Amino acid sequence: MSAPDTRLRITGAAATSAKYLSLVIGVLVTIIPLSVLFIASFKTSGEFGQSGPFDLPANWFNFANYVEAFQKGGMVEGFVNTTLILAFSLVGTILIGTMAAYAIDRFRFRGKKLVVGLFLVATLIPGVTSQVATFQIINGLGLYNSMAALVLLFMGTDIISIYIFIQFMQSIPTSIDEAAMLDGANRWTIYWRVILPLLRPAIATVVIVKGIAIYNEFYLPFLYWPSHGTISTSLFRFKGPFGAHWEIIAAGTILVIIPTLIAFVFLQRFIYRGLASGSVK
Amino acid sequence: MVAVTSAVPRTPRRRGRRGSQSGVPAGRGALAKLTPYLFLLAAVGLLLLLTYLPAANMLWYSLTDWDGLDLDKDFVGVDNYVEVFTNPQIFSVFGVSLYYFVGSFAQMAIALYFAALLSYKTRFSNFFRGVLFFPYLINGVAIGFVFLYLFQPGGTLDTVLSWVGLSDPPLWLGDPDVANYSLAATSVWRYTGLNFVLFLGAIQSIPGELYEAAEIDGANRWQQFWALTFPGIRRIIGLSFILAIAGSLSVFEIPFIMTGGANGTSTFVIQTLQTAFSFRQVGLASAMAIVLLAIVLIVTFVQRKLFPDEKVDLT
Repeated sequence: MSAPDTRLRITGAAATSAKYLSLVIGVLVTIIPLSVLFIASFKTSGEFGQSGPFDLPANWFNFANYVEAFQKGGMVEGFVNTTLILAFSLVGTILIGTMAAYAIDRFRFRGKKLVVGLFLVATLIPGVTSQVATFQIINGLGLYNSMAALVLLFMGTDIISIYIFIQFMQSIPTSIDEAAMLDGANRWTIYWRVILPLLRPAIATVVIVKGIAIYNEFYLPFLYWPSHGTISTSLFRFKGPFGAHWEIIAAGTILVIIPTLIAFVFLQRFIYRGLASGSVK
Repeated sequence: MVAVTSAVPRTPRRRGRRGSQSGVPAGRGALAKLTPYLFLLAAVGLLLLLTYLPAANMLWYSLTDWDGLDLDKDFVGVDNYVEVFTNPQIFSVFGVSLYYFVGSFAQMAIALYFAALLSYKTRFSNFFRGVLFFPYLINGVAIGFVFLYLFQPGGTLDTVLSWVGLSDPPLWLGDPDVANYSLAATSVWRYTGLNFVLFLGAIQSIPGELYEAAEIDGANRWQQFWALTFPGIRRIIGLSFILAIAGSLSVFEIPFIMTGGANGTSTFVIQTLQTAFSFRQVGLASAMAIVLLAIVLIVTFVQRKLFPDEKVDLT
């Protein structure tokens, strides 16, 4: 073997190890902050005070902190409320979004350009700051401090899902509508019996992308529903009473992350796809 | 009905023939004309009620001294805007955005590096991709606690630093000179995964034959990156860059959850919300919100000029 050939092979091997080394570093930087919290969540209060963050817990089956977080930290209420909000908002978003997409993609009507323009411009308005004025509307409707306020806001501020529905609907041939129409179906029947079932893949994408966003939303429940807890606001309130008890805060945090992890492991494909269609708007 | 759908061959769609002209028996004329509007009613109604009405109100409030409760609003002209631009306590918080802006450069560089690595054949590439992306999905409050714990005095970070002999670490969140770096780093940890997956997707959509041809021509990997990969992802990088500007101007969750804006970490959005809901100066807060909106609109306008093909096409 000639000299340059060997050198090439050596640099190749070095490059490969450098590649895997940097990937491993990336994985460590991602995982360490999470795993030290996981470790802490199994320690007793006394144990936590005496041990360092990397010292493993004496008993991996010490679930006392999780029980405490669930019972005293209001995590049960948080999970129940977030589940209800998710269910109502997702059903609403899907119905409202698919209907709007159906109208925009399948009809010609006066003012269509205006409507599309309104949806587009709305994506530019930063969500959080406009709450200064949205608050007054919600308050005026008498919905302040209610779950309904959140459901309404989650349904009403979703333009991305309408966009995903339109994109998908464009791939459904209009000849299907026409055939149904020749069979005597009216527009509502076509929407309900033909289009909506065919939109299932797009609905799955919206449910997952929007579901994660609602699950993670913090400021809206914090502002509009102060008397009750969702996942985010219940966890946020750990700051007060458990301020000195990191082992309990850790358990609460892990409880909030686990459903996300499970959803990610099982729904990866949909999540990546939703990202590709949703975020490059 | 559904049986029909499977029987129909997938013909290319004919744009011209639809709506009420497509051969349905007429006779429900007025109703047929109304149909599209009925389908749009809920979506447009909510859009007007929850986006445009508040925006219009905000413009009006910003010209008054309203406190959010009073029945009367006194018109004060542009006083609130003068206050936004001249009160150093308000405008200077935009300086905090710089930390996050610089952070988002680091974020894009890291994301690009890992996307380039994983675009080549890699063992366990699904695992690596999943782990690097996962932080983006985690609840913001949970991330806040994860990093509050990490940055604790004598906590994880200090322990790791002591292993390499750095024994006198600063107060990561308590020292105003350091706190913003810590928060920006948290933000990088949270959002790198998103950029990474978007970059990786863009790289993987570059046809593989191009790389094979380059290989035959004797281009090394570095040359391949600059000649093929980089041009293929320039657009998504440009878009991420613009989003980074808009994002760093409206940073909110991480500093609000972790420090509540203490120790010089308050951002413009935190200040706006405090002005509105803690100090009850809705007029002034509205002016602040409008200023932010105007800046974001300008940034977006520049983006449309620089990257016209990124335009959204809803129809």
